[in-house]
Amino acid sequence: MSLTRRTLLASSAAALAAPALAQTQGKVVVIGGGFGGASAARFLHRMGLEVTLIEPNAQYISCPFSNAVIAGLRDLSQQTFTYAALERQGIRLVRQMASKIDNSVRRVTLADGVMISYDRLVLAPGIDINFEALTGYDEAASNLMPHAWKVGAQTLLLRQQLEAMDDGGTVIISAPANPFRCPPGPYERASLIAWYLKNHKPKSKLLILDAKDAFSKQSLFIAAWKEIYGDRVEWIGLSGGGKVTEVKAKEKIFVTEFGEHKADVGNVIPPQRAGKIAISSGIADQTGWCPIDPVTFEAKLAPNIHVIGDACVGGGMPKSAFSANAQAKACAQAVAALLRGENPAEPKLVNTCYSLVKPDYGISVAGVYAPARGLLADVQGAGGVSAANAPASVRAAEAQYAEGWYKTITQEVFG
Amino acid sequence: MALLFCLCGPALAQTPDVSQSPPGASACLGCHGATETELPSLKNLSALEIETAMDAFRTGAREATLMNRIAKGFTADEMLAIAQWLATQGRSK
Repeated sequence: MSLTRRTLLASSAAALAAPALAQTQGKVVVIGGGFGGASAARFLHRMGLEVTLIEPNAQYISCPFSNAVIAGLRDLSQQTFTYAALERQGIRLVRQMASKIDNSVRRVTLADGVMISYDRLVLAPGIDINFEALTGYDEAASNLMPHAWKVGAQTLLLRQQLEAMDDGGTVIISAPANPFRCPPGPYERASLIAWYLKNHKPKSKLLILDAKDAFSKQSLFIAAWKEIYGDRVEWIGLSGGGKVTEVKAKEKIFVTEFGEHKADVGNVIPPQRAGKIAISSGIADQTGWCPIDPVTFEAKLAPNIHVIGDACVGGGMPKSAFSANAQAKACAQAVAALLRGENPAEPKLVNTCYSLVKPDYGISVAGVYAPARGLLADVQGAGGVSAANAPASVRAAEAQYAEGWYKTITQEVFG
Repeated sequence: MALLFCLCGPALAQTPDVSQSPPGASACLGCHGATETELPSLKNLSALEIETAMDAFRTGAREATLMNRIAKGFTADEMLAIAQWLATQGRSK
């Protein structure tokens, strides 16, 4: 595929001729076709903008519910979506990796050397695993001790290792310090693996080694583990010696400050950072994440570039698919306003995350966010987690609502 | 999927225009879309019905698993604007 300046201009002229595209003009490039980027592309295009989505993969495999794939409760095909609906909508899809951003001339260079210019850029590169952060954990090690924190082959590898494990084995999951993608994710994963063990390998155990003393939905998870899984699940936090400082992948050993733990199946959820292009283009700061303006999502380190989803930081919103989708819509509104020369209105954002403790037992966390003191801050008095000591009917309802959320959001983004 | 298309036409897949949506409104669509799932669609509700429900969630008069936690994050004026915008979404389809 080759995009020349001529074809871009031609498509621009065609776009302007279409009747729906009267008010807002401008060329927006979106990098990354996940929940954030694909949403942004759709909503921006719907507002009449010419939108190019740069995404190297023909299919998107979604992380939400992928813990159920690991536990054998779901198939990876139920997690897989295409960009056909986006292309039908009229979004130009460029199946390439974006390799460089030259913001001084507002231009993205693709891996094949083609350049695409933009008036505003929406950057949604998601996360990269930081293979330099944990001693012994590089890409080769992840083939022995999968992270399964980017969905796909890693997800299936972890599932296969669990299926191959003898009954009576020990599964160890290590969880990183904040911030990272999907804060309740490690604990949902522990829950659903424990469900698999309880049903298929009842003499086995699961240990979570955590670099934190507190985690998302903690009291709900701890209570549910005790009730459903008894002694099968053990969690060791930071102050109990849970922080993993090194892994020995060939022996499946987790090294902590307090000693060594040998696993039969080891799942290392390692430290993460914003996707590579955000780092290499200087849009992320020294923490590895991209600070943003809470009204426009414009990167503090790069004007005209808006960062949404897991790669951005700037307040209380967790790195979730729901957040990325909500941010995409608010960001699209701000980008369109800026391109019209208007001041964007202050947004209000919502996050909702469901986790499954077992297939018919769901718990949730919600939050409402608004710009305050340069951050997207929690609106006081709102949000929080599911009620403690709720009856089984409420847990079952939340498990159903999790399914409903997944159907709705994937329909909105990819359907 | 094909069946849904026959029943509802291409409007089903149309992305909503959020350019004029008031603060917070577009986030609702992440759970409440054009079609019913385990979660209700809001497209056949009037602004008054949506506003009344949100107010009841906020005060606790109506029980909920999650909506009460979200409703508490919005003022009465914000909820009115959201309800009015959501109600127009149903009509425009």
